[in-house]
Amino acid sequence: MKGRRLFFAGILIAFAGSWFGLVYAPQIQLGRLEAVEIAETGEFHPPALPGSARRGREVYRAHGCFYCHSQQVRPPGFGADSARNWGPRRTVARDYLRDQPVLLGTMRTGPDLANAGLRQTNAAWHLLHLYSPALASPGSIMPPFRFLFETRKAGAGRSAGALDLPAELAPPAGCEVIPKPAARDLVDYLLNLKAAAPLPEAR
Amino acid sequence: MKPASTQPCPEWQAPSPADAGDPGCSPASLAAIDASCRKPILLLFGAGVVWLMIGTVLALLASWKLHEPALLTDHAWLTFGRIRPAHTHAVVYGFAFQAAMGVTLWLVSRLGRTPLWHPGIATCGALFWNLGMVIGTAALLGGESTGIEWLEFPRYVSPILFASYALMGIAGMPALGSRPQRRWFVSQWYLLAAVFWFPWLYSTANILLLFEPVRGAAQATVNWWYGSNLLALWFTPVGLGALYYFVPKRIGQPVHSHALAVIGFGSLALWGGWGGMQHLVGGPIPAWLVTVSIAAGLMLMTSVAANAVNLHQTMAGHFHRLRQDLALRFMVFGGMSFALAGLCGMLMALRSISEITHFTHLTIAHAHHGLYAFFSMVMFGSIYSIAPRLTGCPWPSPRLISLHFWTAAVGLLLYLGVLIPGGIAQGLAMNSPDIPFLEVVRGTIPYLRLRTAAGFVLAASHTVFFVHLAWMTASRVRDRDRPLHDATAHAIPISGGSAP
Ligand code: HEC
Repeated sequence: MKGRRLFFAGILIAFAGSWFGLVYAPQIQLGRLEAVEIAETGEFHPPALPGSARRGREVYRAHGCFYCHSQQVRPPGFGADSARNWGPRRTVARDYLRDQPVLLGTMRTGPDLANAGLRQTNAAWHLLHLYSPALASPGSIMPPFRFLFETRKAGAGRSAGALDLPAELAPPAGCEVIPKPAARDLVDYLLNLKAAAPLPEAR
Repeated sequence: MKPASTQPCPEWQAPSPADAGDPGCSPASLAAIDASCRKPILLLFGAGVVWLMIGTVLALLASWKLHEPALLTDHAWLTFGRIRPAHTHAVVYGFAFQAAMGVTLWLVSRLGRTPLWHPGIATCGALFWNLGMVIGTAALLGGESTGIEWLEFPRYVSPILFASYALMGIAGMPALGSRPQRRWFVSQWYLLAAVFWFPWLYSTANILLLFEPVRGAAQATVNWWYGSNLLALWFTPVGLGALYYFVPKRIGQPVHSHALAVIGFGSLALWGGWGGMQHLVGGPIPAWLVTVSIAAGLMLMTSVAANAVNLHQTMAGHFHRLRQDLALRFMVFGGMSFALAGLCGMLMALRSISEITHFTHLTIAHAHHGLYAFFSMVMFGSIYSIAPRLTGCPWPSPRLISLHFWTAAVGLLLYLGVLIPGGIAQGLAMNSPDIPFLEVVRGTIPYLRLRTAAGFVLAASHTVFFVHLAWMTASRVRDRDRPLHDATAHAIPISGGSAP
């Protein structure tokens, strides 16, 4: 029975090794990171998201945006992330401290969004883009998220937040397209996506 | 039927042809083993193939949506970001996992000469697994994904899956522990290790990601440790375990080299668990982690090479059998894909290459290379070999098996032949900042269209398989009085020499 014990010891040790190396060791190295105060601005990084953006993050997760969008900027010299204006610096572990779950993403069917809130600050553009990506970005293959909007009877004047749609997408006369709360939260989240605070370890 | 030898005879020396039953085991006890396996394993296979069909429909939809984004956009549950995880879970945990479990249980009880312990427990396990799958899939489509790739099912599902796995494992435990021959067979090394690694892997990942989540970027390391090890330490050893049983068995030859088998297994055990961090290259984690995974990928080539050479040498001189033995075709295709996918995986981990290929459709191609072209093809071959012994009737139509094989092979070659270059082209374009992003997107569309075409070919092959399995079940139900172990039960798919 010696052979059998040896065998089990072997596969146990092999697995334990990988566990210590790739699960436990990163914990030791990253587990104690804390938010830091940025001297230039006096703000903490990473900042806590406002409530609407936190809810928006749930919308982002629930609709699987991360299957097409990464949220990580690679260092200069590795890929063309900074040249594509995806971020002023690489992203580092501290940027993700408050994320639950961390949505790094593995695909870039669409552009990286780690700094989406720096590039496009116009909420109306984001709403229009979510309603019809092909309208906001001709040739886009991002799916429209129409179900995050509702078409309803317009009152006397146009409601605040109603989409400005061209004729071919416009709702029937007397109706308007209004973002649901989920869409507004999602856009708040996108506007809050910034990983630009100058961190010493990201230089 | 040939009389079974009573000599203890290790697998790699077994000269017995495929049908003679295993050496050292009387037909009666083989019949008892098969009878114990019958319900749970046919349930695993049958349900697995149903999930394969569900996963296929979801795959076609997701693939189509990538080049026709306006398709079916009125409901949240039909959006790409929900269909995609529903697809991966249906094929990975619904089909591949259940096939793996069925093949593993059958092989361990056969090689251990021990029937399943209270097969009803395993049947329960399989039922609960499918219950978990249904709940989980509904949750994904309802927007309850955890957002963690490979573990998207919400956390109330994983205990169901874990308990189901435990039930199936308990039924196989006596067989796992028994060793009638003095040495274990090569297959047994792989299967034992896999059965032992999976629960550790799955529970660790669930605890550290869903129940007591670790903070920040460390989540990503656990996530990819799991994603990579699910392939390297569960699906790969099960696939190799099946290959090391069925390839020698079906050609009636011993495994070429015991030493190579030891090297192949040992190096997988040693290095297999260290992959995954290459998926985070350039990301917000310590660079040494990525380097470790790249190095492990290089070391892992020892295992890939040793196994590839060993399996090839075992087959050498018997490749003409492929004309007749349809199940073997799937095995050999799978074995070759194992070697190629291993090589591609190693190359893709290198920084100079991943700088280009990371974040592209090549990642998706590679997942199909390993999980489909290698693993699933081996599982198809195994199911073709095992099911007749459990149902007691042969496959109704060798032609359909041949059709399944060719459509699967052509579909896969098209899929990989399109998406690998497509991913590289996408990566090269993305790394050239002068090319506007929308131009990059436009460049991928022809590849994505062809990928959908490949998907339809694969869908046809799955349909053939599904129909065939249903036909076999129906004909078994029709004459249920036939004894389970009559001679035809051993008829393995052999075409009448008229194979295309
Ligand atoms: C099928 C893949 C896919 C999915 C799913 C997807 N996107 Fe996109 N996204 C793209 C593509 C391609 C582009 C680039 C073209 C464009 O601007 O529409 C893009 C662009 C964007 C942009 C503009 C970025 C920039 O800097 O120009 C934002 C913001 C965005 N997506 C947000 C989202 C959100 C939020 C979701 C989930 C609700 C989502 N995307 C889901 C593919 C996708």
